[in-house]
Amino acid sequence: MNEEIIIAGFGGQGVLSMGKILAYSGVMQGMEVSWLPSYGPEMRGGTANVTVILSDNRISSPALKKYDTAIILNQQSMDKFEAAVKPGGLLLYDGNGITRHPERKDIRIYRVDATQEATEMQNQKAFNMIVLGAYLKLKPIVTMENVMNGLKKSLPERHHHLLPQNEKAIARGTEIVKEIQKI
Amino acid sequence: MKEIRLMKGNEAIAEAAIRCGVDGYFGYPITPQSEVMETLMALQPWKTTGMVVLQAESETASINMLYGGAACGKKVMTSSSSPGISLMQEGMTYLAGAELPCVVANVVRGGPGLGTIQPAQSDYFQSVKGGGHGDYHLIVLAPASVQEMADFVELAFDLAFKYRNPALILSDGMIGQMMEKVEMKPYKPRWTNDEIEQMHPWATTGKPENRKYNIVTSLELDSARFEVFNEKLQRKYQQIRDNEVRYETFECDDAEYLLVAYGSSARICQKSIQLLREQGIKAGLLRPITLFPFPTKEINALASRVKGILSVEMSAGQLVEDVRLAVNGKVKVEHYGRCGGMIHSPEEVVEAVKQKIIGG
Repeated sequence: MNEEIIIAGFGGQGVLSMGKILAYSGVMQGMEVSWLPSYGPEMRGGTANVTVILSDNRISSPALKKYDTAIILNQQSMDKFEAAVKPGGLLLYDGNGITRHPERKDIRIYRVDATQEATEMQNQKAFNMIVLGAYLKLKPIVTMENVMNGLKKSLPERHHHLLPQNEKAIARGTEIVKEIQKI
Repeated sequence: MKEIRLMKGNEAIAEAAIRCGVDGYFGYPITPQSEVMETLMALQPWKTTGMVVLQAESETASINMLYGGAACGKKVMTSSSSPGISLMQEGMTYLAGAELPCVVANVVRGGPGLGTIQPAQSDYFQSVKGGGHGDYHLIVLAPASVQEMADFVELAFDLAFKYRNPALILSDGMIGQMMEKVEMKPYKPRWTNDEIEQMHPWATTGKPENRKYNIVTSLELDSARFEVFNEKLQRKYQQIRDNEVRYETFECDDAEYLLVAYGSSARICQKSIQLLREQGIKAGLLRPITLFPFPTKEINALASRVKGILSVEMSAGQLVEDVRLAVNGKVKVEHYGRCGGMIHSPEEVVEAVKQKIIGG
């Protein structure tokens, strides 16, 4: 197993922490992992993205140009990363604020309306966990038990009371993800 | 049970420093390495191991605090990123001239000048040729993973004290900012004053009855004596060259084309080699782990077996000069690399091999 993922959106959407939780879930599952953020001026309100690799083997390059999966959370990231999905790969996106929907015909496309769902759940912070749930439904590369253990590891202990809410959000994500395009 | 954690390279340096018994860290914040001091401040080692962590007023002050600590035989270190490391160069040559052991970590960003905050490998010349004045060398280690960021702190101190010479950990914004799995070594106690006096008789630990006073200085106004001292330094560097070369090879056994790269670029090149081999092109990688001493002999030996060599570095081409010296004209050696804070992709390296080495 070797899964190369780009998660891209706005700074503040929880892009980096979602990647960290996914990476920690891989650690819990005994996989090799890498987490490489874009950092710097982008983080102040602009786009933020992180490359996460989970693999059964030693990871070579943590920096990539082509991905098995792109998780896209705003229009700028759609413009930048739609073309970076490998043929046959997966594009998962949140429809909120998307004005130009993906056009590739050679990739699987799924949509999760996580912004809307988080609003309905009255928990904006659940946004990235809803997206994570949707991703794990499509690519169950780590078990839910290891995701929860990963979440525990990446959240400071003072936030551990939030674990049930996060679990609920992940579960919700698995339910609401919609298929847009098969190949 | 082994504890595996997910950490940034910068965090790994900080925690490894505490665990290997460092006495003092003196630094000044700069992106992309600020997490080193942030982690140390969060872990508060002065309450546990007694390690001092101090934010100095500048990089110049930090490096001179290292001079003071090192002169007393203490394990002291600092970290910074390119512009800050430039400010430290006067201190570095003084430390080398006074034969003081210490560890400096450079988490390189794109230059010249204040430059960018994104990763680069354009401080190679400064690191291995001497960024300060005079005939000196630093021992330079180039980690290519977060695990090595942790492991090389202790290794750098071991080598620094073995040879009484400053050691530099040369990484970059990519290795510093990325997270990977790390296994930390157990805690080692800091040296006691008695241990320091026994192990480092040169250190300025006060004047006991049984020996002459120690002087730590890099000044010698008698040129004849200073030449003798310089010759002694050069013998030491030769000893380091003879004994401390470290490198790693990857898919070199049947390689027809060789990549040479260190740090982040070595990681990227491993992926490039996989892509090249999928296309039927037999490529391999030599990754220098020590940049001084440089694996000159090893590259020269491989040059006899391959058709061409590509030196890959996030710079306009610095490492390539040492590769060419090592190869000494046996085969073609070219450079490829993005610079100014841009990271080359594995695919771009593949194209460069095809165009500059196979097709060129």
